[in-house]
Amino acid sequence: MVGGIEISHVNKEFTNPQGETVRALHDVSLSIAPGDFISLIGPSGCGKSTLLRLISGLISPDSGSVKLDGGDITSPGSDRGFMFQEHTLFPWLNIYDNIAFGLRARKIFRGSEKLVDEFISLVGLKGFEKYYPHQLSGGMCQRASLARALVGHPKVLLLDEPLGALDAFTRMNMQDEILRIRAEQNMTMIMVTHDVDEAIYLSDRIVVMTPRPGKIISVVDVGLSHPRARGGEDFLAYHAKILRLLNYTISKPEPDYYL
Amino acid sequence: MHKLKSFLPVLFSALALITALALPDSPLHPEAQAPFLSYVFAAVLIVTAVLFFVGLKSPRYTKKYTHKAPFCCGVLAFLTVLNILTVKTAILPVLYFPSLDRVAGVLITDAAFIGKCLLYSLRLLITGWVCGAAAGIFTGIAIGVNPGARYWVYPLVRVLGPIPSTAWVPLVLVSFPTVVSASAFLIALAVWFPTTVLTSSGIGSIQNSYFEAAATLGASPGYTIFKVAVPAALPHVFIGLFNGTTASFITLVTAEMLGAKYGIGWYINWQKEMMSYANVYAGLIVMSITCYLLITFLFKFRDKVLIWQKGVIKW
Ligand SMILES: Nc1ncnc2c1ncn2[C@@H]1O[C@H](COP(=O)(O)OP(=O)(O)OP(=O)(O)O)[C@@H](O)[C@H]1O
Ligand SMILES: [Mg+2]
Repeated sequence: MVGGIEISHVNKEFTNPQGETVRALHDVSLSIAPGDFISLIGPSGCGKSTLLRLISGLISPDSGSVKLDGGDITSPGSDRGFMFQEHTLFPWLNIYDNIAFGLRARKIFRGSEKLVDEFISLVGLKGFEKYYPHQLSGGMCQRASLARALVGHPKVLLLDEPLGALDAFTRMNMQDEILRIRAEQNMTMIMVTHDVDEAIYLSDRIVVMTPRPGKIISVVDVGLSHPRARGGEDFLAYHAKILRLLNYTISKPEPDYYL
Repeated sequence: MHKLKSFLPVLFSALALITALALPDSPLHPEAQAPFLSYVFAAVLIVTAVLFFVGLKSPRYTKKYTHKAPFCCGVLAFLTVLNILTVKTAILPVLYFPSLDRVAGVLITDAAFIGKCLLYSLRLLITGWVCGAAAGIFTGIAIGVNPGARYWVYPLVRVLGPIPSTAWVPLVLVSFPTVVSASAFLIALAVWFPTTVLTSSGIGSIQNSYFEAAATLGASPGYTIFKVAVPAALPHVFIGLFNGTTASFITLVTAEMLGAKYGIGWYINWQKEMMSYANVYAGLIVMSITCYLLITFLFKFRDKVLIWQKGVIKW
């Protein structure tokens, strides 16, 4: 199996426009087995997107290492699909061409036209192939982005709040689709979400993070078998546990107030 | 209301025709070959009357026309006032403001020669425009995506670009073998500068997230340039081409003073020296109609290419 990720002692700082240093990630270590489904959860600014960008290779760590199947990640590549937090469909391409972009770029589009159609129907956009992104709703754009990231069969799929703009019903459907795709294609999936239920419903493990400096405070193993009952007793117990962890991160006083 | 709106042009063209026919001409104006202006007004009267009756029967077909009707009235009123100020009363200096009949007369009797001049100009303009636009887009992309090109070429663009084309004339005349190539070069230069600047700034202002998305999808740098940078910069490129096109019209007139044998700019200058202002106005009318059509064509082309844009900027 491929798609294992090893993050060890990663630090990442940014300089904001005011010239101050922001510690986006502080001594983060995380080991992700091939085929794992990991959720990253935590308050805004705790470095979730930064962690995904490190794995994608769009940025590199100041210190520490990020490895995919034992090899250092140095640059972005199609083996790590990325669905971005903000909408990044190319506005000059219609939905079909957006989804086919990666296949065309890698010169493997010939012969995989079927695949594109498959993923278009999978995300429920059949009949909208010729539409341009500005003609679609936010949720439809998100689904198109998901299809675009999936169609190239990446080993690892990085999802930054993939279902944020969807209504509750479509959202639950898409969650089931994601589980199905994962089972079918054996992808490692790492997803950022703000929805605790979503994290519990989908993940093998939930990584809880805290900001300033961004770090991992807890990794919760979700020991429930699929399909998971959203309202089940165990489910609710996990829900309470995650909320407690999150609450702790929020209400914890800033260290500066002491001394 | 709609009926009145589409009736007004009928009324205005009738009034214009009556003014042209009934008021006596001033003796100060040389007589025209024929009352061309009255022909024009009569034709307009017939057309507007037909449109009015069509509009009464099925307003759907004349919706666009009804919208433009007040504007038609404005044009007719302007022509009538001009007609009164020139040939009817000679209030405006007779030498510089010939009668509209004579201007229309030139357009009709001199059509073959003006047409030939126009073709010569178009050949020059299109040659220069195509070379300038191609070079501009190429330079713009190079500056936009390549730091080396940006370092070496961009200062050159900044220094050379703003020099008005007239200033190049002495240099261009000695460095090009023929007048035509020298003139085409001046026009190309005028198109090249704004196209280069806007193409490169268009590429510079593309959201970084598009490049990131392309990279995670496995696109090579070359593929990213042609499939991400260029299409994303196209709205800017078209603004550059538009600026370049207007600059090329100005340069055309300059370029045709370098010793062209024919050309619409040359024609205007030549007739001005001969003090035959009716011909000058005829040349100006032909030139402005041509420029109008070329710009319209450019817009149509842009709207086709940029169909993906939301709320395209309308000029
Ligand atoms: N390119 C950058 N330049 C400067 N600062 C940055 C940059 N990227 C991230 N940061 C900072 O790093 C910190 C973590 O950012 P990140 O985007 O990873 O947060 P996040 O957990 O994804 O938040 P959200 O839930 O709001 O998306 C923030 O304080 C942010 O301001
Ligand atoms: Mg984020």
